[in-house]
Amino acid sequence: MSNTDNASSPSHASDDVTIQLRGVHKWYGQFHVLKDINLEVKRGERIVICGPSGSGKSTMIRCINRLEEHQQGQIIVDGTELTDDVKHIDQVRKEVGMVFQHFNLFPHLTVLENCCLAPIWVRKMPRKEAEGVAMRYLEKVKIPEQAKKYPGQLSGGQQQRVAIARSLCMNPNIMLFDEPTSALDPEMIKEVLDTMIELAESGMTMLCVTHEMGFAKTVANRVIFMDGGEIIEENEPHEFFNNPQSDRTQLFLSQILQH
Amino acid sequence: MSVHTPHPDLPPPANIVGVIGWSRSNLFSTPLNTALSLFALYLIYLIVPPMINWIFLDATWVGDTREACASGTGACWVFVKVRINQFMYGFFPEAEYWRINLAFGLLVVLAIPLFIKRFKHKGRLAAFILIFYPIITFQLFSGGNFGLTHVETSKWGGLSLTLILAGVGIVASLPLGIVLALGRRSKMPIVKSVCVVFIEFWRGVPLITVLFMSSVMLPLFLPEGTNFDKLLRAMIGIALFQSAYMAEVIRGGLAAIPKGQYEAAEALGLSFWKSMGLIILPQALKLVIPGIVNTFIALFKDTTLVLIIGLFDLLAIIQQAFADPDWLGYSIEGYVFAASIFWIFCFSMSRYSMSLEKKLNTGHAR
Ligand SMILES: Nc1ncnc2c1ncn2[C@@H]1O[C@H](COP(=O)(O)OP(=O)(O)OP(=O)(O)O)[C@@H](O)[C@H]1O
Ligand SMILES: [Mg+2]
Repeated sequence: MSNTDNASSPSHASDDVTIQLRGVHKWYGQFHVLKDINLEVKRGERIVICGPSGSGKSTMIRCINRLEEHQQGQIIVDGTELTDDVKHIDQVRKEVGMVFQHFNLFPHLTVLENCCLAPIWVRKMPRKEAEGVAMRYLEKVKIPEQAKKYPGQLSGGQQQRVAIARSLCMNPNIMLFDEPTSALDPEMIKEVLDTMIELAESGMTMLCVTHEMGFAKTVANRVIFMDGGEIIEENEPHEFFNNPQSDRTQLFLSQILQH
Repeated sequence: MSVHTPHPDLPPPANIVGVIGWSRSNLFSTPLNTALSLFALYLIYLIVPPMINWIFLDATWVGDTREACASGTGACWVFVKVRINQFMYGFFPEAEYWRINLAFGLLVVLAIPLFIKRFKHKGRLAAFILIFYPIITFQLFSGGNFGLTHVETSKWGGLSLTLILAGVGIVASLPLGIVLALGRRSKMPIVKSVCVVFIEFWRGVPLITVLFMSSVMLPLFLPEGTNFDKLLRAMIGIALFQSAYMAEVIRGGLAAIPKGQYEAAEALGLSFWKSMGLIILPQALKLVIPGIVNTFIALFKDTTLVLIIGLFDLLAIIQQAFADPDWLGYSIEGYVFAASIFWIFCFSMSRYSMSLEKKLNTGHAR
């Protein structure tokens, strides 16, 4: 999972900032979802984003790979600014992997085919090589024996690990996670978190929307708290949990830590 | 305290399994059900035995003239027998029948590997069939070079014409329907409205009108002297008409694919066409196989309407045989024959679609 062959990623002029959001605003019709979001993520940084439901967490990270469009401000990922230019969007999506709450595996393809698809069709990798890469990542997420099965035959936790492997097969520099464990039964959450922790240890740049505070404490460099479409607070985990600055953060933490 | 001893599995009592058990729970469960069952049985008794007698037992099978049937009380299959060549090949010159046989034989031979599990190059073979087979078939039917005598399309007819019309309609309407369905869901307003107008126009007019317009009105608009083959016009009319229906069936399938599938494909960097071709369409088409085959079956039967523009498909050529003074009064046999041929083809399509659905089921519901 370490940075092996990043031949296709653009070389960066100077800094090690890999994601930059500057004054980003977004509206859904009349509804102002994101309000002046400013965020810088350094290479290898692991960021956890939390906040109440509807606060715009998903919307923000989905703007980073252009699943959602922003209307104002600048988003620069790995040196490429996200504009309407399809080439830029493709460039960014090649470098950014995403894991969804509901896995979104392709049910008509086997686990192996799910993993090989993008390397073959986007990276133009020969099939044999792509299968090799896929098996390597399936071993990393500890389910190589399921390669020939269809997603519908796996448990939720296994499906989510396949989804992680599928993203990693594209050899991304950045991984986005949108509540990867929220749709899972309690006994499966751990296996997915373990996979994510391992990924974090390998030096991947990660942005995770999650309410798993244990995960935040162990792996995050920074925790970001969002509410009402704004970033309210941003701190390293220890400070964030023990010494929250704003009332809203305190309220939110008291609510989720009760459970 | 009693110790639990496992109870052995016993066979079910005789009155809940087997024929008796089945009919008891399904046919005679209530007084009303019993009455309805008895009534239905009585109807079957009234209809089925005479039908079997007429079609098989009392029917005349041998002979070549009307006289052979004079004594029989059942169907006169001799009528169909002496005309069978015309029913199959239309007015194609008899010496050239082999060309039609070769064309359909070739299709069967080419298609066999598609049904063999271990055959690896199914995709390539299918592409070959779709691209080259129509050209070969057209050559064989039409002739005109390679030393084959030219046979005008007005001589084509019978079952072979029905199959050609249906084949062209099916092969053309599926991709056209896919494009229209995608267009109708497009975010680009012009593409979208063109597709909506196209679909709603073709769905709004009866096929008969389309065929009439293609054969009567279209030539009025075309420049003087352009000779645009009647059969070709009918084919285009049928293909466009059915593609509008196909588009709506496929649109239903596209709408049933969860948004997450589109997003996952996008997030992996797949382009629009790749995500459609690799992710969305395979799932959407699989979901609507019953609807697609339904449209195919309707199309197959609708080909009989070409009769009104003077093309002799299977039904038309059978009907025109009724006018033969030597064979007046055998129209029932003709219609029964036509119906059974259509039924065989349509039923096969329906069974094939069921087996396809089963095969493509990968054990999941999302
Ligand atoms: N496609 C859309 N159209 C209109 N409004 C939307 C759309 N998607 C999201 N919203 C609204 O935008 C707001 C932010 O949504 P978002 O999904 O980003 O929240 P979230 O912080 O991820 O919440 P959750 O924890 O429930 O996932 C919500 O109020 C939501 O109703
Ligand atoms: Mg969300």
